[in-house]
Amino acid sequence: MATSAVELRRALRRAERRSTLGGLALALPLTAFLVVFFLLPILGMLAKAVENSELAIAMPRSTEALRAWQGLGPPPEPVVAIVAAELKEAHARRQSAMVAQRLNREEAGWRNLILSTARRLPDGPQGSWLETLVAIDPAWGEPAIWAGLRRAARPWTDIFLLAAIDLHRDDHDAIVRVPPDQAIYLDVLLRTFWISALVTLFCLILGYPLAYLLATLPERWANPLLILVLLPFWTSLLVRTAAWIVLLQREGVINDLLVRLGLLAEPVALVFNRTGVLVAMTHVLMPFMVLPLYSVMRGIPLSLTRAALSLGATPFLAFRKVYLPLSMPGVAAGCLLVFILALGYYITPALVGGAADQMISYFVAFFTLQTANWGMAAALATLLLVATLLLYVVYARLVGIDRLRLG
Amino acid sequence: MRSTGTLAAAFAAALLTAALPAAARDLTITSWGGAYQNAQRELYFAPFQKETGIKLVEDTWDGGIGVLRTKAQGTPVWDVVQVETDELVLGCEEGILEPLDWQALGGKDKFLPAAVHECGVGAIVWATILAYDGNKFPTGGPASWADFFDTRKFPGKRALRKGPRQALEFATMAQGVPPAEVYEALRAPGGIDKAFAKLDSIKKDLIFWEAGAQPPQLLASGEVAMTSAYNGRITAANRQDKRNFKIAWNAGFVYQIDSWVILKNSPKKAEAFELVRYLTRPENQAKLPAIIPYGPTRVDAGELVPAEFAADIPSSPQNLPHGVFFDASFWVENVEKLTERFNAWAAQK
Repeated sequence: MATSAVELRRALRRAERRSTLGGLALALPLTAFLVVFFLLPILGMLAKAVENSELAIAMPRSTEALRAWQGLGPPPEPVVAIVAAELKEAHARRQSAMVAQRLNREEAGWRNLILSTARRLPDGPQGSWLETLVAIDPAWGEPAIWAGLRRAARPWTDIFLLAAIDLHRDDHDAIVRVPPDQAIYLDVLLRTFWISALVTLFCLILGYPLAYLLATLPERWANPLLILVLLPFWTSLLVRTAAWIVLLQREGVINDLLVRLGLLAEPVALVFNRTGVLVAMTHVLMPFMVLPLYSVMRGIPLSLTRAALSLGATPFLAFRKVYLPLSMPGVAAGCLLVFILALGYYITPALVGGAADQMISYFVAFFTLQTANWGMAAALATLLLVATLLLYVVYARLVGIDRLRLG
Repeated sequence: MRSTGTLAAAFAAALLTAALPAAARDLTITSWGGAYQNAQRELYFAPFQKETGIKLVEDTWDGGIGVLRTKAQGTPVWDVVQVETDELVLGCEEGILEPLDWQALGGKDKFLPAAVHECGVGAIVWATILAYDGNKFPTGGPASWADFFDTRKFPGKRALRKGPRQALEFATMAQGVPPAEVYEALRAPGGIDKAFAKLDSIKKDLIFWEAGAQPPQLLASGEVAMTSAYNGRITAANRQDKRNFKIAWNAGFVYQIDSWVILKNSPKKAEAFELVRYLTRPENQAKLPAIIPYGPTRVDAGELVPAEFAADIPSSPQNLPHGVFFDASFWVENVEKLTERFNAWAAQK
């Protein structure tokens, strides 16, 4: 009797374990896919934010010598000799431009210093190597360029991460704020969150009644309406955004209409500014608010509100005390979805916004495509990722993650 | 079992189609799009394919050394690209461009000196100019860059190309500096600060464009009263869309030479070089101004351009004295810092 009970329990446990393993095995392809195509590229991208490999690749011996050397001002002759010889070699391999590019990030003008020096370096020193370098350009006699080279020789760098939060290192290697006329990214980050919050709010204000309507109408009417909500999903984002330019521009449909109706004396600027960004983004992201709301509202029995009304509640009280709390999981999910999606928006603000309405993704794209400064792009992406995760944690604490329902 | 087989077959097919274009890619040329590339297609790309039987596919871009670097990685996906001067200089230094055989192109002495480079040959002479809609200013439009910055005299929004290039030159001209001395003024201590201060003075009325096709659209839609623009786009809009856009040549302009380059390790190097030679033949270069007014870079092509089109070309005798040649060395050195500063300035309210 006792043995069979034990055996039964054991068999039961074995079966459970098998089904768990089976479940895990089924999820394995997806997990592998996520790791290979999602997690690893993200980690690789983040690593770019601190990567400092240009000098190590183009001038490996100098890198080692510079790492070993401590002190200020021009280094001792053996180190200078290695740097000079290797700079000449790197130039012959067409790698001096890479070094020049890296040094120009420390100080504008060093690009030219490196390249013109590389071009004019003789085969052997005239006097000492340091004298030879100083004869080509007196800047080689200053401590600054050697400090810059030493920073470029470190295994990793913090200039991009610091720059992403408007900080930099001064001549004494201390971390200080950049001058106010060059500070930009903290502002841009705040702006990114502010625009996303406003868009989320507008989506909620406009989407809530719409979702309510969809959830309470008979299906015969609700389905075609739902298709209208989904329609923007199936249209290209670019087309929708371009359409807003046509509608909102100075001599566009909306301005024309308002002027003709006499509501405006003169066309107003609706596009290439914040207004355009908010209008277009709210429109583009609306389905992501309506769908979670709709799916939650479909599950709320209307009889509950009716019961509240029959017990003497005013319609407003019945909504506030009964319907609204029941629909909160949808609100929470819709808001989170819209907000997170809005944070990464790039094309829409780029097309309908002005220069002061660009969000952080714009600068990520700018550094990736225009200047190929991947370090800066990665640092800004890291900043956005960290800020978003922090915000998500706060949100989850406030709302309760188990209350989210995505559909 | 059957479904596994189908899946495997589908997978193999997907792999194959993904691999094929890389292996057997057609000769690819990349230019600036819009009215300009339409003209190039009609004048050069289509006749080239007919004459040589080499299939040619097109792509477009908006410039940027970063884009060029990405495209040149491994086996490049582009072969022939039209680039601006700074991309030519940087790309050549970094070794992502093929050196050209100048003997086969007809010799360096056949070209304007500025059109000759180790890795690139001049395609066109073009200019960034001040443009406005003549219909909006019946009593006379802006005649100088000082007018561009004077929103009291000429109300309305203005547009400039996003980024510091040309914007700083124009802001310097607006302070009364003659075009020929602009770079001297920018290199002088405080010169850049003064230019930024000038830009700042009309900041609330400024919007920025990125693609060359945008300025004519901004003028046509009435979004801006005046804008900087590539001269060819403005004349093209006048000719094709019957617009009355005006170019204030006398206000001063910055002219540049665009070059044809071949990306390093192009799998179609021989064909690419044949294409570049075709594009720079004098009789071919001389055809462009009739459609879009960018000047030829060959001396012998300049003589073939009909006189009626010369007035719209930056390099014509009546226009050239008002222009300044784009100083590539100034910009290669400073573009990164100045772009950062420009971005920071533009992003602040």
